[in-house]
Amino acid sequence: MITNRTQTTLARQAEDKLFIPVPARITKVESLTALEKVFTLELPDGISLGHRPGQFVEVSVYGIGEAPISISSSPSRSNGSFEVCVRKVGDVTGALHKLEPEARVGVRGPFGRGFPIEKFRGKDLLFAPGGLGLAPLRSLINQVIDERAHFGRVIILYGARTPSELLFKDELKQWGERIDLEVLLTVDRGDDTWKGNVGVITTLFRFISIHPRNTIAITCGPPVMYRFVLMELLGKNISEGNIYLSLERRMKCGVGKCGHCQINNVYACQSGPVFPYNEIKGLEEAL
Amino acid sequence: MSLTIINKQDLTNFVKHLLPLYRVTGPAEVNGGFAFKTIEDPGELRLDYPTTILPPKKYLLPPKETLFEFDNSGNGSIKPPRGDPRTVILGVHTCDLHAIQLLDHVFSTGQVDASYTNRRRQTLIVSVECLTPCDDQSFCKSMGTLSADEGYDLHLTDLGDVYAVDIGTEAGQNLLQHTQSSQASPDDILKLNAVLSEKWPRFPYRLDFDISDLPSLLSMSMKSSLWDELGERCLACAACTNVCPTCFCFDVKDEIELDLKHGQRVRSWDSCQLDEFATVVGGHNFRKSRSLRQRHRFMRKGKYILEAHNYLGCVGCGRCARACLVDITPVGVFNELYRQKEVGGKS
Repeated sequence: MITNRTQTTLARQAEDKLFIPVPARITKVESLTALEKVFTLELPDGISLGHRPGQFVEVSVYGIGEAPISISSSPSRSNGSFEVCVRKVGDVTGALHKLEPEARVGVRGPFGRGFPIEKFRGKDLLFAPGGLGLAPLRSLINQVIDERAHFGRVIILYGARTPSELLFKDELKQWGERIDLEVLLTVDRGDDTWKGNVGVITTLFRFISIHPRNTIAITCGPPVMYRFVLMELLGKNISEGNIYLSLERRMKCGVGKCGHCQINNVYACQSGPVFPYNEIKGLEEAL
Repeated sequence: MSLTIINKQDLTNFVKHLLPLYRVTGPAEVNGGFAFKTIEDPGELRLDYPTTILPPKKYLLPPKETLFEFDNSGNGSIKPPRGDPRTVILGVHTCDLHAIQLLDHVFSTGQVDASYTNRRRQTLIVSVECLTPCDDQSFCKSMGTLSADEGYDLHLTDLGDVYAVDIGTEAGQNLLQHTQSSQASPDDILKLNAVLSEKWPRFPYRLDFDISDLPSLLSMSMKSSLWDELGERCLACAACTNVCPTCFCFDVKDEIELDLKHGQRVRSWDSCQLDEFATVVGGHNFRKSRSLRQRHRFMRKGKYILEAHNYLGCVGCGRCARACLVDITPVGVFNELYRQKEVGGKS
């Protein structure tokens, strides 16, 4: 289903060359906002990435370094390439933003545990990404759209700081026009053009009613957002094991060795970055 | 395995024969102390050394190593680094031997780290039995690392005029081709047994509880007030992790030549005690206080690493205790947590 197991995938090549990136060609660069661009990357020799929604890759710009970046495209739309949405915020991402189509970058991965989409079948899905948190969730959302018959209601609550910082605006519009998706947007601060809800993402929860027993909630965003979103989700009686979070950490190796992403005894790069809330609830330093 | 005897006076010749074949490393006197270094003259070797500032880990997981070289001219290309020389590490204490077994496990399980395992395969280890404590900071007996049954190619025990040599591997057996040796006599074996059994009382237990209780003690101590006290004292200098034989966390960085085309990706030792270690690029630090970072360090040593790898993350060598400028020591920390638990019955 998600990965064609007979195909050569980077996922299965990784074992013997742990730190050696594969050269990927940038085939497309699209600016989303002042800070975010989407890069379409193509692996050599028709290799597919073989990822699951929620996984990440390490992207290299030689001479600058390597950074962990979530995969933004759905495996169901791979076509021999994949997308990463990159915010210009550090050295590597700054260097990436200067690259044009045809440039080469190094790729390692995919790493980590993605979303257990098999477990979501027949359920209502409530997505609550904030800001750049939409980037990893977009992979899952599009996978769900492409397998739409397997799921119940699909609700997307998305918030950004300002209208100009909303990511994937064209796609948000398309999603909003579909009758089989419920999409609610909000911004912390509106502007003259903004006609929608103003307020942090938690202000959207009052507009929806859900069946807690049958709902899977999926959230990703800045650390500060999680506590408040969790309060809303738990307030709606969604069980802790049905709330999935994708955690940000500074993964240097991606393979459970370098120690940077460790949360207590858990390596986020291996056991995460996607966790059900009940698995990290007892971990100090998780959120 | 079988027991062999080498005369002490033959050791010099043994090392001399190894020099052209291997990079021979071992403890030697350096600047008034002792350090593992490349041995150029067999006379330098000091198997009777007490301890070293850095453990022999540096030959297996170097402070800095090249993962690959890149060339950004043209379409860009990368190539693997040069291989390491075949190496013999002489004079490894059993605490460090236990630490190396942990490193072997970390880098050879899950996804195999060939940068480590290739180097490890090229390395022979000749360990020595410790007969007296290094100093009053070592607590190997408490940690169960005062002896070792495996992890070495050859293991030497000083019997006065001779070394009793336990052969741990076939590679170790082959190494003995380069020296005069003889089969141990029944007398040698009696003497070895006596030396081994007499050594134990010389080493004190320094923990106030049995080591098997350490993981559960730490589990109960997540919220101990001790972490805040350590945070107040800790200078976040990372000396403790830099000298630790079991610390294996690393950073990965690119270095570029002045031509801005050629360079290498390097991995280097890193430390969970440094402010930026768990900081993500937007600036959020997931362990933002020294208190949380010290707690993380001790939890790793006594609990997390054990849970992940089935080896304790502390071998009782005492190096971090010697290196710490503000006297934060594993013995002090573990005993204080134990005292808090006994006194409080709750913390």
